[in-house]
Amino acid sequence: MAAPLAIAVAAFGVSFGLLARAEGWGWAAPIVMSATTFAGSAQFATISVLGTGGTLAAAITAALLLNARYAPIGISVAPFFEGPAWSRLLHAQLVVDESWAISAEGHGRFNVRMLIGSGLMLYVAWVGGTATGALGGEILADPQALGLDAAFPALFLALLVPQIRDLRALAASLLGASIALVLTPVAPAGVPIIAAGAACLLGLVRR
Amino acid sequence: MSEAWIAVAVVGAGTMTLKALGPVVLGGRSLPERLTWVIELLAPALLAALVAVQALGAERTLVVDERLVGLAAAGVALWRRAPILLVVVVAAAATALARLVV
Repeated sequence: MAAPLAIAVAAFGVSFGLLARAEGWGWAAPIVMSATTFAGSAQFATISVLGTGGTLAAAITAALLLNARYAPIGISVAPFFEGPAWSRLLHAQLVVDESWAISAEGHGRFNVRMLIGSGLMLYVAWVGGTATGALGGEILADPQALGLDAAFPALFLALLVPQIRDLRALAASLLGASIALVLTPVAPAGVPIIAAGAACLLGLVRR
Repeated sequence: MSEAWIAVAVVGAGTMTLKALGPVVLGGRSLPERLTWVIELLAPALLAALVAVQALGAERTLVVDERLVGLAAAGVALWRRAPILLVVVVAAAATALARLVV
């Protein structure tokens, strides 16, 4: 079940490598980032906030807020992790949205062998794909003429759609987008994205 | 480009910590339910904000341009259950085409 996902993740990695290279990141930084962060949306958010003139602090904050979901995700699988702390620390790095989703057995149970196996496969695909994109060469033509500036919103839309599982998530996305658009003319680049995170407080509304 | 390297280091260390938090520190215990409801909504809120700003933002203004054609094409591709890379390629191609025509 993980194989078709791994192919998609590798292709996604190639696009991360290419876009990071196009933003002037060189070849080593995108590969190291994929090997350590191993979370696509946060990595794309980092290059896009920096690329649109945002500050370093804004880029880092946006990326870490995007990855904040890994705290509850990690906690959901924690009861099924065994072994010493260092091994749980290493295995926890293989938890990504896809490996987590594949290994869910329902009723809050997780198959850890499936989680680690698929996570490892996706890790190799992600880092290998990034290396291919980053080392593959420069984009020679004008990025605007190729429509590459539309690649980012399309990518984030593709990442957003599977996150909208209920009305509450839909409301949070609409509110988040509205906050960001209202603040764009008045706040420094990157800040509107962080402020949009406040839309998650909708989670406190009584269900 | 040292800014990129600082971002790589901090985002990397932060993400590794976030992922390890549950399995290493909390073990079997779980977060208060209300807190998980809030955290669950962070990703959709931030991703939607990124879509909006990347599609309409330009420096400190909002601009309607050919990127929206690409985003609409991406929406159609997603609705037809296209894989993520195809969605991105379709968006770029539609935007490039719109720029040629306009």
